Amino acid sequence: MTILGVEDVVSGYGSMEVLHGLSLKVEEGQVVCLLGPNGAGKTTLLRTIFGILRPWKGKIYFKGEDISGFPPERLVRMGMAYVPQEYNIFPSLTVQENLEMGAFIREDDIGPRMEEVYELFPDLADRRKSRAGELSGGMRQMLAIGRALMLNPELLLLDEISTGLAPFLVDAIFERIEQLNEQGVTVFLVEQNAPKALQSSDRAYILEGGEKKAEGSAQEIAEDEEIGRLYLGR
Amino acid sequence: MLELTVYGIILGSIIALGAIGITLIAHISRMFDFAYGDKMTAGAYIALLVSTLFSMGGLLQGKVGPFSFNWGLMVAFIPAILITAGLSILFNRWVYEPLRRRGAIPILFAMVSMGIAFALRGLIYILWGADYHFYSPSVRPMIFLPLGIKLRTDEVFIMVVAWALVALIYLFLTRVKMGKALRAVADNPDLARIAGISTERMIVWTEGIAGALAAVGGVLYGIETQLRPEMGWLFLLPLFAAAILGSLGSIRGALVGGLVMGIAQQVSTAWLLPTYKPAVAFIIMVLVLLFRPQGIFGRR
Repeated sequence: MTILGVEDVVSGYGSMEVLHGLSLKVEEGQVVCLLGPNGAGKTTLLRTIFGILRPWKGKIYFKGEDISGFPPERLVRMGMAYVPQEYNIFPSLTVQENLEMGAFIREDDIGPRMEEVYELFPDLADRRKSRAGELSGGMRQMLAIGRALMLNPELLLLDEISTGLAPFLVDAIFERIEQLNEQGVTVFLVEQNAPKALQSSDRAYILEGGEKKAEGSAQEIAEDEEIGRLYLGR
Repeated sequence: MLELTVYGIILGSIIALGAIGITLIAHISRMFDFAYGDKMTAGAYIALLVSTLFSMGGLLQGKVGPFSFNWGLMVAFIPAILITAGLSILFNRWVYEPLRRRGAIPILFAMVSMGIAFALRGLIYILWGADYHFYSPSVRPMIFLPLGIKLRTDEVFIMVVAWALVALIYLFLTRVKMGKALRAVADNPDLARIAGISTERMIVWTEGIAGALAAVGGVLYGIETQLRPEMGWLFLLPLFAAAILGSLGSIRGALVGGLVMGIAQQVSTAWLLPTYKPAVAFIIMVLVLLFRPQGIFGRR
């Protein structure tokens, strides 16, 4: 079943059009990555899906429902979560408070879910009372993902979550993503680190200049030399 | 000198209340509220109105313990808080929210809040005139502390109320989910939205809390001195100075900033005429902006 559908979406900032009619699909239970050079419009697409930007044209579907132009507050309640690339934690709040804010819309006891998140990221559990702003880069990214997981999302959108991290941390993050996927979370991730992302993904899309240049199984894309040379800098 | 310091702490406690209100608005509503001082005035006059009504009806005229004011004024705190908080929320709803939706530039918010300040003050002039008013015409009982410090009993009341409120706000912001969400919006409004926290709803909370603080601060200031239409407007400078001194955005900073401003202003009267108190506040603010613009506790 298709959990996320993007159909002919045109979007951008102010009067600058960034996406020129983009279509793609994410199937439930998969890990799908979106690759492409800087300025391709990858982040713009995520922001448009998550309702931070309004699509100028086209439609976005989530679990079969037309969600074009829905605000983030509403999408969060429907089971979508988004981890932006930067500024993705609340620096002056503690680790624990960051997670609590991730579950802000939940009125019931969030304790059990928080323990599950701590189990996934044991390092965070040791730093519960630390201010998030004092964490190292890798821990921050873990916390950012943890925050997004507090609502048990069905679909997780990740924006370049590994950028700027040491290789062993990148490995750790992707391990967690695979682990989450095994637990049933569908993941749509934007990446600069193409080899790593392709390894962990089921499907891949290539974006450049606001247009889709290629799509296929992660394996096909990884093995296609022309795509690698043209878009992935191989 | 010691006595002046004690008076400074009393004045500083009231300044701290207002500075916390201004700080909350600055960081969550993301604007400088120049109407804040006049909201304090409004709170003070609403309490005056209600306590006058009580005295006309002969109700609640008994004195409260050792203080100069009667139970009528104590009860009047409640409508003062509710109406001032309500007004703040309405101004936000009718004026600031539409401006935010239109993406207005920051200076516009400052100008509009200045307009609201003038409007509020004008209304108070129309209703009560330019004369001084007192909550209580009776003498203000004194107590004598060691080291020759004379204190009005009212001033003990002011300190207790102000500090209790500061503690309450602190607990709200660190222990209650809604308070934590306010800090989250102050920290990173975009991420707060991504987490499903509605910024506009948090701004309503902020306006309500800050309005309530303004009302209490105004009534306390009225008890300490006297009521006049300019009381809040003239108070605005030390409020902003305290908020900036304490690095806008931190409650602890606003508290310390308020105390520093209060003490500095009162102690200055040992050498300067009391008329220069606002100048002292202004000089401190300018010095902080020049040499430590991030405030005492600010990091950057």
